[in-house]
Amino acid sequence: MTGTIQAPVGQPVATRVNWWRDDASEAVWRTVALVGVLLALFIIGGVSRPDIFLDPSRFAGNEVIVLRQAASIGVVTVGMTFVMISGGIDLSVGALLALASVWSTTVATQSYGPGVMIFAALAVGTIAGLVNGILIAYGRLVPFIATLAMMVAARGLAQKISGKLTQIVKVDSIKQLAVRNVLGIPVLVFIFLGVATIAWILLNRTTFGRRTVAIGGNPEAARLAGINIRRHMLVVYALSGLCCGIAAVMVTSLANAGSSTHGDLYELQAIAAAIIGGTSLRGGKGTLVGSVLGVLIFIQISNLFVVNNLQLEYQLIAQGAIIVGAVLIQQFRVAALRRPAPPGA
Amino acid sequence: MTAVPFLRLAGVVKTFPGVRALDGVDLDILPGEVHCLLGQNGAGKSTLIRVLAGAHQPDAGTIELHGSAVTFANPQAAIRAGIATIYQELDLVDDLTVAENIFLGKEPRVAGFVRRGVMRGRATAILDRLGHSEIPVGRPVGKLSTAAKQVVSMARALSSEAQLLIMDEPSAVLAHDEVANLFRVIRELTSQNIAVLYISHRLEEIREIGDRVTVLKDGVTSAADLPARTTPQRELVSKMTGRTIEYVFPPRVDHPVGAVALDVEGLTRYGEFHDVSLTVHSGEIVGIAGLVGSGRSELLETIYGARTPHAGRVRLAGRPLPPGRVDAAVRAGLAMAPEERKSQALLLDEPVWRNITLAAMSRYAAGGFTNAGAEARAAYRVASDLSVRPLDVSRKVRLLSGGNQQKVVLARWLVGGGSQTAARMASPGTAAPSGPVGGHAPVVLLLDEPTRGVDVGARSELYGVIRRLADQRVGVLLVSSEVPEVLGLADRVLVMREGRLIHESPAASLDEDTVLDLVMSGSLTLIEEPSTVEEHA
Repeated sequence: MTGTIQAPVGQPVATRVNWWRDDASEAVWRTVALVGVLLALFIIGGVSRPDIFLDPSRFAGNEVIVLRQAASIGVVTVGMTFVMISGGIDLSVGALLALASVWSTTVATQSYGPGVMIFAALAVGTIAGLVNGILIAYGRLVPFIATLAMMVAARGLAQKISGKLTQIVKVDSIKQLAVRNVLGIPVLVFIFLGVATIAWILLNRTTFGRRTVAIGGNPEAARLAGINIRRHMLVVYALSGLCCGIAAVMVTSLANAGSSTHGDLYELQAIAAAIIGGTSLRGGKGTLVGSVLGVLIFIQISNLFVVNNLQLEYQLIAQGAIIVGAVLIQQFRVAALRRPAPPGA
Repeated sequence: MTAVPFLRLAGVVKTFPGVRALDGVDLDILPGEVHCLLGQNGAGKSTLIRVLAGAHQPDAGTIELHGSAVTFANPQAAIRAGIATIYQELDLVDDLTVAENIFLGKEPRVAGFVRRGVMRGRATAILDRLGHSEIPVGRPVGKLSTAAKQVVSMARALSSEAQLLIMDEPSAVLAHDEVANLFRVIRELTSQNIAVLYISHRLEEIREIGDRVTVLKDGVTSAADLPARTTPQRELVSKMTGRTIEYVFPPRVDHPVGAVALDVEGLTRYGEFHDVSLTVHSGEIVGIAGLVGSGRSELLETIYGARTPHAGRVRLAGRPLPPGRVDAAVRAGLAMAPEERKSQALLLDEPVWRNITLAAMSRYAAGGFTNAGAEARAAYRVASDLSVRPLDVSRKVRLLSGGNQQKVVLARWLVGGGSQTAARMASPGTAAPSGPVGGHAPVVLLLDEPTRGVDVGARSELYGVIRRLADQRVGVLLVSSEVPEVLGLADRVLVMREGRLIHESPAASLDEDTVLDLVMSGSLTLIEEPSTVEEHA
């Protein structure tokens, strides 16, 4: 969504003034900054726990843990990024994940084998997302309200189905998913990267993605340009639900069980990661590269607290501070970009 | 001139990275005069206003207030110095009452509590001073008409003891009879020795209300101290442009009227317009003249499907359009350039090319995958056809002037938003005239105030584009507050008043006075709803 298009070959390109304020370079700078933050976290790790961070094999082992943890939140964040770019919000992601994990691990579902379990998780997530979309697009509910209701209801339904019991996974191939490594990297991480890559293509290379950005940027203009906003919003929320279903399979595999407590606070972590990555709550702005880096930063911070044996409380406080810091930086950037432009030209 | 100017600017320079927006502006404003500022879009008017309002600090030059040099470090400093600015987008809070808006941020208080009675009393007194005691001070501003909101903005300026009122195109949002009222208020102000800096593109207004004129061109004062009433219009225009141009309408070509492209029958939306029937033939420009509030914009939006009608139907090229469905209308070959460019049409932070291909991206896509290169090339071609300046399709639309933004909106419909195009409607075998515009023009184009906030030069260009589209068999339905524009551009004119079409005739058989007479014979009041007893409690 940030490609810079020059005039066609052989035609004059107007001289670019203040290119550093340009859209494209803005995204490049943000990426550089996020990578810088990640490196800074590694340096902090190197100072506080040199035995882990300066020993190549232990460092790699630690990062595999970080990545495996990031994978499921990352998939949810990908869906959240689409929703936020379209100008909405999805508070129900954690609850949908729990519902999908419970539904796919009932004794009945498990009896059909891994294929049906995975299908059930994806279908439950997608259908619940569609319900969100219908409420928002056709019921004209504010996304915040619709998904808040879904968050409560889906969690309740998950508890009802499971009887608040943990449903152990007995199907071996599902268990293997979290354990398996390919080239030393967990399969879950490949799933995350695959989802993120497909989403990147969807956002940056398809009409669907362009329309998502347009709807978030100026809904009225998008509507008057003939874009069917309602149908589009339906698909966006269904996509977010589908991501929850994928993440549900991953979490189920990691925990070796389906549970109505899975995905607790995922909505907050996903929103925070997207915001750290530069996605605007007001819609129309956001990148998947930023969101992926946002997730990695978020999880890496948790990891630093864990390896330094600090208590969870401090971790939460630090994460809160990071969210505020990211938004403040974003606002300064916007203020700089919005500095009165020279009128006309 | 012997009087000491209230404000004098000498050699003011303001540069932005890459642009020298002001390059030596001289301006002196006397107390109690209406000083008009003229200049094309991009001449530096907006920047100059921001400098005077304290929003920009000049890089060089001096600003003197009552003969002593001052600097306005921020907008508050300018307000304290007695300079109030009324921007085109009136910055009022819709949910607060008239009185609360007038005293926003400076409410009469006692121990932290707002003295509501005192505030209302003072607000009433100020509105009295402006000759508008009929505006109820307890009414939420959102319920007022645009004209009344403007009066409230002026009242707010008065409440801060302004000595100079800067008004940026105040008449652009007003209908003809409301402008007369605006002028009454301005005369009221000047009689109290308050100066007004009046910015407008309408030369006839300047002649009517102005005392002296300063002309800006390319960031430089190109003429100053011109008497507003006696300077010939031709001279003013030539100072702005360096060449002598006026509103230039392209010549009407006598071509046979095509088939009916748009057929509207008995369209009704209660409270907005009633039982409207009209036709637009392909290759014909139909103009609707009417005041703001006559229901013309609502009519256009309903035809387009952005509003759902209560009764009536719309047919495009013979096929009925489903009511309230913009996407279906666009696919069928209908296009609209809406009244509010920025909020209704443009993605301001996106580059020009993405704005141009917003509706047409699927035409260049394969299997849902966009082809950015093809889109940008197509956008570039259309942008260069319409002479968008600067011709850089990767530039953010926010950075373009009003006229160029409007060209971007038009360009959107010339790269093929709908699948049905005027070219296809032309009889098969005979290719549509391969005019230079786009190549994928719509069947019918709806234009709502296409030249609002557009300077004289860019206007002529837009008129030319519209005429060329008609020559390519596009049917055009045009709404404008400016009667000369409707008469100069349209083949056939419809007059709309209070939600009804009351007159129809060929443009050639009408003159400005006749149309104005038809348009205005129903009188409109400033307040949209009659005030209730409770308001005066």
